[in-house]
Amino acid sequence: MTTQPAAVVRSTRRRPPATLLVGAALVLLVVLAALVSFIWTPYNPEQAFPADRLQGSSAAHLMGTDRYGRDVFSGILYGARITLLVGLVAVGIALLVGTPLGILAGMRGGAVEEVSMRAADILLAFPALLVAIMFGAVFGASTTTAMLAIGIGSIPGFARVARSGTLQVMSTEYVLAAKASSQSAFRIARRHVLPNIAGMVVVQCSVSFAIAVLAEAALSFLGLGTPPPVPSWGRMLQESQQFLGTYPMLAVWPGLAIAVAVLGFNLLGDGLRDKFDPKLNGGR
Amino acid sequence: MAIRLLVNLARFAVTYVAATVLVFLFMRAIPGDPAQIALGVNATPELLAQTRAEFGTDRPLIVQYFDWALGLPMGDFGTSYVTRQDISPLVLDRVQVSLILVVLAMIVALLIAVPFGTLAAVKHRSPGGILVSGASQLGVAVPNFLAGILLVVVFAVGLGWFPANGWTAPAEDFGDFLSRVALPVLALASVQGAILTRYVRSAVMEVMSEDYLRTARAKGLGKMEALLKHGLRNASIPVLTVTSVQLAALIIGAVVIERVFVIPGLGSMLLDAVGNRDLLTVQSVVMVLVAITLIINLVVDVLYTVLDPRIRKAS
Repeated sequence: MTTQPAAVVRSTRRRPPATLLVGAALVLLVVLAALVSFIWTPYNPEQAFPADRLQGSSAAHLMGTDRYGRDVFSGILYGARITLLVGLVAVGIALLVGTPLGILAGMRGGAVEEVSMRAADILLAFPALLVAIMFGAVFGASTTTAMLAIGIGSIPGFARVARSGTLQVMSTEYVLAAKASSQSAFRIARRHVLPNIAGMVVVQCSVSFAIAVLAEAALSFLGLGTPPPVPSWGRMLQESQQFLGTYPMLAVWPGLAIAVAVLGFNLLGDGLRDKFDPKLNGGR
Repeated sequence: MAIRLLVNLARFAVTYVAATVLVFLFMRAIPGDPAQIALGVNATPELLAQTRAEFGTDRPLIVQYFDWALGLPMGDFGTSYVTRQDISPLVLDRVQVSLILVVLAMIVALLIAVPFGTLAAVKHRSPGGILVSGASQLGVAVPNFLAGILLVVVFAVGLGWFPANGWTAPAEDFGDFLSRVALPVLALASVQGAILTRYVRSAVMEVMSEDYLRTARAKGLGKMEALLKHGLRNASIPVLTVTSVQLAALIIGAVVIERVFVIPGLGSMLLDAVGNRDLLTVQSVVMVLVAITLIINLVVDVLYTVLDPRIRKAS
């Protein structure tokens, strides 16, 4: 606790870490692309113009056209929507299920902790992509199954972060005081645990979002994500594969979009971690 | 130490059994009768009953579960409802291909990560260290299938050094095997290497600030010397943990990479089975992948105990 004042002073005069700014900028770029796609795309991303197929970049088609003559730039803009939608829902599921589970495990301890952590271990053996493949096998490919599967696969991460944070908070004196004044467990969780682990959970959100974007792209790439004709970055990449020899740019654009989104959320997570964790602030 | 090993083993067993139940129930959650699906809607009731008996799906669910789950450790995965073929020989054949890919990729990834991560930590204020950190941050953001496609564009299509896809068994023609395995392994290893580099860097940074390293320096050892003599063993423990987690990630990554490079591994088998709605094959391959993951975790837990005297003495 003696480090507290120093950390406060430092955070008021330090600029936000560069990773945070760059990450936020890249995420904002993706969000903007998605928002813009609601009001404007150069062409209808699903409409084919066979006469204009496989063109390079030009004033008419910024990123060229694909094998059906669809405008790649329009597809990239629209694909941002799918990417963010899947990420939001998946992270939402994991956040809402994993965090309470982790807090419960951390506060209760004993059998509850053992059972929920073993459950998390079991889930951990099923990576998001594997869960999604199973969902795809049973229910068929769709955006919904992709979101659900990635969400379920991301639960253990949140449970673990919430549990370890809760364990730290539970050993502090103010929680002891709250317990001594016979406050209910729910009140302790809401008043003391949640605000203190919020930072860690936000970091986990950003990191999980990056993983969700990767998983969604991989699923679409494998044909287990959003079905055609709705454009998604992963499938654009998959469709580009047979033109690698002739039109490699078809792979570059969606690849770049995926990389920008993942890099953005990763950097944002790193930056937030630096900001929230005063121990890491400044380094040694 | 013996108690700790037993606890590890017991946890592995519980997790494994729970995973089999989960996979089994999930794959049976779908409405529909495998016999009906295999025969189509015009099948006579007699034929249906006969096929159900042949598949064993006329038995109670719990009997079917034990039949399947007890067969797994023996390498008996049952007969596919779609191809009507024994699943086991195919799995055993395919798992070798996938394991070759995964193990080679992990070796290459570590060969990238350990030197670069150490460098990035030791020289974390110089341009070289910052460059490595930045490059690893970029590498983490590239999905392995994208890395695979980019490698194909440059080294197969552009330079023509390697074939773009396909597979040859190492026993068949080793030279051809090497040329075909190079790009998929590099695709997996470059991304893994970037991830591991970040962990090696932070593990070495952590060790560098320890008192015992300062003592070693004070005794006159150089920075590198002190690190090699006293630091690396300590830094290896967190790196080992991540390596096990990343091995599991690699196994799943290989599923996608096998698709990119048309490699006949477990991943292609799984995805083909998903495409054919061959549920028993999906169920079995998923379980094999999960089992491999769990075994890796078990081995690492055991290695931990052996490697870290603090854990060893604690029990």
